[in-house]
Amino acid sequence: MEFNIDVLDESEKIIFALRTLYRSQGYRRYRMSKFEEYDLYSRNKDFLVSDSVITFMDLNGKLMALKPDVTLSLIKNNKDKPEEIQKLYYNENVYRVQKGSDSFKEIMQAGLECFGAVDPACISEVLMLAAKSLDLISPDFMLEISDLEILSFFLDRIPVSGDVRRELLKCVSEKNRHEILHLLRSHEVQEQYGQDLIRVLELYGGPDHVMEGLRDLCAEKGLEEEVERLTRVISVFRESAYKDRILIDFSAVSDLNYYNGIIFRGFISGVPEEVLSGGQYDRLMKKMGRKSRACGFAVYLNKLQGIMR
Amino acid sequence: MLNVALPKGRLGENVYRLFEAAGFPCPSLLDGSRKLIFENEEAQVRYFWAKPSDVAIYVERGAADIGVAGKDILLEYEPDVYELLDLQMGKCRMAVAAPKDYQDDSRYTLKVATKFSRIAREYYTSIGRDIDIIHLNGSIEIAPILGLSDVIVDIVETGTTLKENNLEVIETIVPISARLIANKSSFKFKQAQIEKIVREMSK
Repeated sequence: MEFNIDVLDESEKIIFALRTLYRSQGYRRYRMSKFEEYDLYSRNKDFLVSDSVITFMDLNGKLMALKPDVTLSLIKNNKDKPEEIQKLYYNENVYRVQKGSDSFKEIMQAGLECFGAVDPACISEVLMLAAKSLDLISPDFMLEISDLEILSFFLDRIPVSGDVRRELLKCVSEKNRHEILHLLRSHEVQEQYGQDLIRVLELYGGPDHVMEGLRDLCAEKGLEEEVERLTRVISVFRESAYKDRILIDFSAVSDLNYYNGIIFRGFISGVPEEVLSGGQYDRLMKKMGRKSRACGFAVYLNKLQGIMR
Repeated sequence: MLNVALPKGRLGENVYRLFEAAGFPCPSLLDGSRKLIFENEEAQVRYFWAKPSDVAIYVERGAADIGVAGKDILLEYEPDVYELLDLQMGKCRMAVAAPKDYQDDSRYTLKVATKFSRIAREYYTSIGRDIDIIHLNGSIEIAPILGLSDVIVDIVETGTTLKENNLEVIETIVPISARLIANKSSFKFKQAQIEKIVREMSK
């Protein structure tokens, strides 16, 4: 069979390029050929990007959902093999409501997941594939990396209720230093905790710029192991062409009920929001009764319209 | 080129002075013209005037890299942006006001007129009071007078408007001031410029 590549539009070309990339690295394709019960999603609602789901009654009377997400289904339908490493990728339409919108949209999404004995080398590989995915879309990209283990240390020691903690986490995601101080002051928390949290937040930028200060701060707090792991994971970029495209930034946060460890987000110049997001989600695996660890990311192809015109 | 959204009005003019002092001048901005967009090629900056409540939208959607918005707008619309500085300008408070001598009767659903539905809802949820929100776009003060609502949730600066309409503040919800906000993606690509502004403005 022959065909002219010009029949593909830009987003289709990107999809095929991504699939070629993932396959070349030994990732196997996962196809979401059937629908899942609504219950799967409702039990993990906060994991979904938007919490609205299209539901319908199947012929047997079960309440089903029109795929709002691929990862949950992938975990559910994949055999748990904690001793091995399983590499999977997907490319599916999902159905979501975007922020500020009042209707469902069909969204093309591609992504990959690593299950099993996920170690630092495996996370490095996923990070490198995230960088390569972004580079395929546009060479003018930035990959922002955070470590939730390190951030959690600075959050967990603050003696406040769950509500205040959630507010704090929001401030972190906004780089909102004044509100962190204000919040802690109004709850009569030692100022030092706030200052330390702000110190972590102010450590952002390229690894060369950040890691030394981070090592000092972590050594002070007994987090040597954590910072060592982060150093190892990002060392994959040290000699690479993407060296200047990597940012360490602890304001990148994800839901701590699902994610842990390394998380990351990708940005393309000219696109106002993240186009790639991912990380380690061992906590979600555990919630779903899996012994495997996991790491992966998704590319939001719908957000690229602006630069493709 | 750094795109900056400024809130139209006196606050915006004062804020521009801060940008000017931070090394991003654009003198044509204050010459009284009716133009909305001003550019200074040399300083690599473009300013535009936006309706104050729209600044956050311009920044969230990336039409502006940074901008200045009131905390009231940020709380109400929760845009996904960085909030880099409290500029300590345009200070006021979000408050509940009611006719003088008003007594809340918790047997009935409280009728609340406001422009800030989310802030009002969150506040009353936090104190466990059942309410009915009446969303209005302006002249909120007349709602209790006409019996449209029991109380209002609105911005109070000096309290003069309230007093003239026989209303008084019964509860302050949150203090408000102008904040410097940035688009999350722009921040990655224009980090040096944005950081310079933050550094200079926080002096």
